[in-house]
Amino acid sequence: MLEKADQIFLLLRDWLVGYLPPGWRAAAGAVLGVIGIVAVFPGLFAIAVLMERKGLGRMQNRLGPNRVGPFGILQPIADAIKSLTKEDIVPTNADAVVHFLAPVFLVVVAFMGFAVLPVGRNMVLVNMDAGLLFYFAMGASTEVSIFMAGWSSRNKYSLLGAMRAVAQMISYEVPLLLSSVVIVMMTGSLSLVKIVEAQNQYTWGLPHWYIFTPWGCAAFIMYAVAATAETNRSPFDLPEGESELVAGYFTEYSGFKFALFFLGEYLGMLSISGLGTTLFLGGWSAPLAVLNWVPSWIWFFSKIMLSISVLIWVRGTLPRLRQDQLMNFAWKFVLPMTLLNLMVAALWRFMGDGWARWVVCSAILLLVYVGAGRIGMRREHFGPRTYRYAE
Amino acid sequence: MLGEGILKGLTETARNFAGSFVSAERLTTVQYPEQRIPTAEAARVFPFLVYDGTDWEAGMRCVACQICEKECPPKCIYIEKSKDKKPDFVGKMQIYPAKFDIDVSVCMSCQICVEVCPFEAIKMDTEFELSTTDRFGGLLYDRKQLSRSNEYYHEIHPTEAAEVDARLAEEKAKAEAKAKAAAQATAAKAAADPSVPAKAAAVPAASTVAPAAKPAEAAPAPKPSGGGE
Repeated sequence: MLEKADQIFLLLRDWLVGYLPPGWRAAAGAVLGVIGIVAVFPGLFAIAVLMERKGLGRMQNRLGPNRVGPFGILQPIADAIKSLTKEDIVPTNADAVVHFLAPVFLVVVAFMGFAVLPVGRNMVLVNMDAGLLFYFAMGASTEVSIFMAGWSSRNKYSLLGAMRAVAQMISYEVPLLLSSVVIVMMTGSLSLVKIVEAQNQYTWGLPHWYIFTPWGCAAFIMYAVAATAETNRSPFDLPEGESELVAGYFTEYSGFKFALFFLGEYLGMLSISGLGTTLFLGGWSAPLAVLNWVPSWIWFFSKIMLSISVLIWVRGTLPRLRQDQLMNFAWKFVLPMTLLNLMVAALWRFMGDGWARWVVCSAILLLVYVGAGRIGMRREHFGPRTYRYAE
Repeated sequence: MLGEGILKGLTETARNFAGSFVSAERLTTVQYPEQRIPTAEAARVFPFLVYDGTDWEAGMRCVACQICEKECPPKCIYIEKSKDKKPDFVGKMQIYPAKFDIDVSVCMSCQICVEVCPFEAIKMDTEFELSTTDRFGGLLYDRKQLSRSNEYYHEIHPTEAAEVDARLAEEKAKAEAKAKAAAQATAAKAAADPSVPAKAAAVPAASTVAPAAKPAEAAPAPKPSGGGE
C-alpha cells in the first residue's frame, strides 16, 4: 500500500499509457511527465506567493492578504485573473518580437531545469548522466532572457536593470558552480539521481546527507548565498531595486507578460531550491530512517517549501546591498571560500575514515571563515574630504 | 564574527512572526472598513459650512462676503450673493449665499478659507470617504451638501468649536449691550423731549425689560455698525 503511495504518479502514468498502442507508450509517458511538471510547479508557485505575502506580513506585524476567500487563500487566483485581464502594452520603440520572446524564453528555460531533478524514488523525467551540467546550462540561459527583456524595452531603467542582473548572475554563477563541484567530487557522478542515492543511507538511523559534513555544510551556506543572488532575491535584488530602477528589466512589461516574469522568477527559486535539496539535503530521502515509509515525493516537496520559507525569512530580514558590496562579496569572499572548500573536500577524501578528518576539516573552514570575516569587515576610515580642483 | 548581525536580524523577524500570532497588540494595522482608528482632532480634509440650530438654510453663518472665494489659491469656491436678506446669529439682517459651490477635486485642503473667514462660517471636515462614481458632478458640492450643524463641528473638533462658540457668545453679548445702550439712549432722548408723547417712551421701556429673550427685535434698527470687530 505504502509502496503504491510512493510510486503513485508512476503507476498513474503507466495506467494511462496502457490504453495506447505499445509503440506510442514511451512518447506519451514523456508528455505526461511534462504535463505533471507544468501543472505541479506553477501550483507550488501560487502557494509560495501566498506564503511570501502572508509571511512577510507577519514579520512586519501585519496580517497580510485576508480578503479573498477564507484567510486570503484565494489571493493567488485573484492575482492571476487580474494580470490576465490587464492590458498588454508594448512600447512603440520597443523591439516587439524580442520583447514578446523574453518572458516566454524565461519560463521555458525555468521549466527545463525541472527535467533532471529527481522528485521522488524513480521519479525523474530525464535521468541524464550529466544532469547537473544540464541544470546549470539551463540556469545560465535565464540571463539571456533577462538581457533580451532589458534590451528590447528601449528604456534606460530596463537596460540598467538588465545590466545589473547579468553582472550579478554571472558573478554568482561561479560560486554556485564551485560549491556544487564538491558534491560531484565526493559522489563521483554528475547524475542527480546518483547523488541522491549516495545520500540515501543511514547510520544509527541518521541520514548521510552532505550538509552534515564540514565541507558540505560550508558548501551549502555558500550555495544558499549564491542561489539567493542567482534568483535576484532580497538582499540581492538590485536588478529590480524599486527605489532606483522602477522595476528593473521588466519595467516595460504589463499584464500577462509581467505575470510570466513573476512566474519565471518563482520557478527559478523553486528549481534552485530543488537542486539545493538534491545536492545537500538528500533529495527525496527521509530525514530519519524510521520515517522511510512516508512517500519520497512528500519529502522532496516539503524540503523545497522549507527552503522557500527560509528565502522568504531572509527577504523579510535583510536590506538591499549596494552594487560594490555585492560584487566584493562574490569575488573577494564567496569565491575564495569555495576554492578553499574544494581543497578541504579533497583533504576529507584522502584522510580516510575516523574522527581526525572531522576535526581538521572543521577547524580549517572555521578559522578561515572567522579570519576572512575579520579582514572583510574591517572598517575603512575616511578622513575629512579634500578637494583638489574645486575650492 | 561575520554573519552575527544576520542571525540577530533573523531572530528578530522570527520573533515578530511568532509574536503576531499570539499578541494582538503587536499588530500595527487595523482591518480598515470594519475597524477604524478615530481621526486626530487636528485632522482636516475638505471645508464645510457651519449652521446654527436645526434648519441649515436659516441658520447658515455664511454672509456671502466672498473673502474665501477671493483668497482660495486653487479657486475652487464659487459664491453667488442673494438678493434678499436674512437675520444672522445676532439678529442683524445679512445677505446669504444663494449659491455656494466647492469643487473638492480642485480643493487642496490648505485651510486658508477657514483662516480668512470673519464669520466662523467655514470649517474643515474630517470626512475622507468621498469616493464617487461621477468625477465631475459628484465632486462638486453645493451649499446643501456642504452644510453641517454646529453640533457636528463640536463632535469632530471639540476644542476648536468650544473656542469659536465662546467668541461668538462674547460678540453676541457685546452686540446686545450695545443695542441696550442705544435703546436706553433713545428712551432718555424721548423722555427729555417734551413734544414726544408718553407712549413713545413706553415702547423702548418695554424692550429693555426683556432684551435677553428677544434680542433680534431690539437689535437691528439702532446698531448699524454690526458685530464684525
